Amino acid sequence: MIKLDHIYRTFEVGDELVHGLDDVCLDIKDGEYISIMGPSGSGKSTLLNTIGLLDRVNQGRYFLDNNDVTELSETEQARVRREKIGFVFQTFHLIPRLTAAENVALPLTLAGVDHDERNHRVEQALKSLSLTDRAHHRPDQLSGGQRQRVAIARAVVTRPVVLLADEPTGNLDHASGMDVINILEQLNQQGITLLLVTHDIELGERAHRIVHMMDGKVQP
Amino acid sequence: MHFNDVIQFAFHAMQGYRSRTYLMLLAMAIGVASVILLTSLGEGARLYVTQQFSSLGTNLLIVLPGRSETTGGMPPIMGETPRDLTLQDVAALQHLHHVKQLAPIVVGAAPVSYQQLEREVMIMGSTASLFSVRQLKLSRGQFLPELEITRASPVCVLGYTLYKELFGNVSPLGKWVRVSEYRCRVIGVMEEEGMSLGMDMGEVLIMPAASAQTLFNVNSVFRILVEAQSQEVMDRLKQDVIETISARHDGEDDITVLSQDALLSTFNRILTALTYALGGIAAISLLVAGIMIMNVMLVAAAQRTTEIGLIKAIGAPRKQIIILFLTESACLSLVGAMLGLIFGLAGNWLLQRYFPDFPFQAPDWALWAAVGVALSTGILFGLLPARHAADLDPVQALSGR
Ligand SMILES: Nc1ncnc2c1ncn2[C@@H]1O[C@H](COP(=O)(O)OP(=O)(O)OP(=O)(O)O)[C@@H](O)[C@H]1O
Ligand SMILES: [Mg+2]
Repeated sequence: MIKLDHIYRTFEVGDELVHGLDDVCLDIKDGEYISIMGPSGSGKSTLLNTIGLLDRVNQGRYFLDNNDVTELSETEQARVRREKIGFVFQTFHLIPRLTAAENVALPLTLAGVDHDERNHRVEQALKSLSLTDRAHHRPDQLSGGQRQRVAIARAVVTRPVVLLADEPTGNLDHASGMDVINILEQLNQQGITLLLVTHDIELGERAHRIVHMMDGKVQP
Repeated sequence: MHFNDVIQFAFHAMQGYRSRTYLMLLAMAIGVASVILLTSLGEGARLYVTQQFSSLGTNLLIVLPGRSETTGGMPPIMGETPRDLTLQDVAALQHLHHVKQLAPIVVGAAPVSYQQLEREVMIMGSTASLFSVRQLKLSRGQFLPELEITRASPVCVLGYTLYKELFGNVSPLGKWVRVSEYRCRVIGVMEEEGMSLGMDMGEVLIMPAASAQTLFNVNSVFRILVEAQSQEVMDRLKQDVIETISARHDGEDDITVLSQDALLSTFNRILTALTYALGGIAAISLLVAGIMIMNVMLVAAAQRTTEIGLIKAIGAPRKQIIILFLTESACLSLVGAMLGLIFGLAGNWLLQRYFPDFPFQAPDWALWAAVGVALSTGILFGLLPARHAADLDPVQALSGR
C-alpha cells in the first residue's frame, strides 16, 4: 500500500523554482495496476522516483506499507528499495560487462544472498521470462526486447511488492513493446503493484486506473 | 554482500576496462619492481663490503703508527712524527693475553725478476701467521715458514698473477727470483684471488718481515694485524695493545688501534642508509602509481555513472558503493604489486646471474614494504573516487543528465 500525502518536490534552476511535484496526494492499493500519463515535463518520472525512494521530497509524507518512509536514513531507504521496490527503465540500464544471468543476479549479490539460493532464483526468473537460453549472453548480444526482459527479471528477482516502470516500451518496436507490457501485466496478475509511465494512450488505458499529471499536479 | 562476490565484482570491472587496467597494473608493477631492484642494489653493496671485510679475517685489530683522534679515520699526516713500530714491538705484543695470533706487515715496491722477465711489484713482508689471519689460500707449495718474528730468510711466496707473468706454466717452486739486489727462493704460489680491499693479492710477493726490512733498509713496520681470541675480548685487547706499546715507547701514546668491527659497522650504517634512500626514491614511483589509480578511478566513476545509479536503485547503500570501488582499486594495486614482485625478483635473479661477484639481494623488509605501500596507496588514493561515486545522486545518474 502506497500513500502520498501532500508531496512537494521543487527544483532550483538558476533563480527559478520548478515544481516537479506540486501538492501530490495519491493512494495506491496493493496489487493495483496504474498508468501515469501526462505531457513531457509534467512530473511523471519525478513521481516514480519519489515512490521508488530514489529522490527525497521537500514537503509532505510518504507511507509505504503503513510505514512513514519519508525521513528514513540513506541506508534504511536503500534497504526498502532492495526489499520492496523493483525498477524498469526506458534504457534498460544493464551492466554491459556482465552476462544476462549476472545482471539478473546483481540485486541478490548486493543483498548478500547465498550462491545456491541466488542461482536458483535467477534461473527461475530467467525461465519465467523465456530467457534461459540467453543466460550467458552479454547485453550487446541481445535484442532490445530481450534486454528489457532481462531488466524485468532483475527487477522481480528480489520479489518486490511494487514494480516501477518508466516508459519501459519507449525504446522498443511495437511488437516487443507489447511483449514487455504483457509480461508486466502478468506479473501484476500474480500480485505485484504495477506503476507504468507511458505516453501511449492505448497502453495507458489497459491499466485499472490512470493518473493524469500536469505541471507537477495530479489531475482529478 | 559476500566477500568473494565483492572481489568478483572488482575483477569483472577490471576485465571490463582492459586498457586502463593494464596501464595501472604496469604503473604499480614498475613501482614495486624498482623498489625491489634499487634496495637490492643497496643491500648488495652492503653485503659486498661486509664480505670484503670478513675476508680480512675476523676479530681483527689493526695497529698502525701515529696517533689519531678520530676513531676509524686515518692517522694524521701532519703533526709530530710518531715513533715507528718495530718487529720488537710485534714480538712484545705476541705474548699478550687474548692474542690468538698476529702478523706484522712491511710493504714496499721493488723490481722482481726471473731470467729475462722483470716486474715492478708490491712486496709484503710478514710472518707465517699472515696466512690464517688474512685467510689466504695457496694453489701450490707452502707459505712462509714458522720463524722467529725478527728472523730473515731468503724465501718468498708469489701472487698468482705475478707467478703467471714470470713463469708462465713452468713450476716456480724451488726457483730463485731476484728482488732488487737480493735473491730468494720461491716456496709457494697463492690461489687466484680477486681484489681484497683495494689490494690486488695476485700481484704481490710475500717474504718474511725481517727480510723485507733488510730489502728496504728500514726498521719500521707498516701495520700489525692482531687477531683476538674472541669478539668479547676485543676491547680489552685493544687497551692492552695500547698500554704495551706505550710502555715500550717511553710512555708515549703514539699508535692507533682500529678494530675491524668499528670500520665495518660504520660502512654498514652508511650503506644501510643508502639502501633506505634508494628504497625511498623508488617509493616515489609507487606514489605516482597511486595518483594514477586515483585519476583512473575518478574517470571510472564518471564513466560508470549510470552503473552506480543503477546499483543504488537496486538497493546498494552509500557504504556498499564505497566498498565496491575501494576493492577495485585495492585489487588493482595488489595485482600490480604481485606483478611487480615477480618482475623485481626476476630482475634480481638476472642481475645475480650476470654479475655473480656482486651479491644482489633484495632485503625482506623491502619486499613487504613495497607490497604494503602499493596496497595502501591503492586504497588511500581509491578513497576519494569511491566517495565521489557513492555521493552521486541516483536520479541524475540514471537520467544521464
Ligand atoms: N534534476 C532536475 N533539475 C532541475 N529540474 C528538474 C530535475 N529533474 C526534473 N526537473 C524538472 O521537473 C519537471 C518534471 O520532470 P520529469 O522528469 O518528472 O518529467 P516527465 O513527466 O518524466 O517528462 P518526460 O515525459 O519528458 O520524461 C520538469 O520540468 C523538469 O524540467
Ligand atoms: Mg520522464
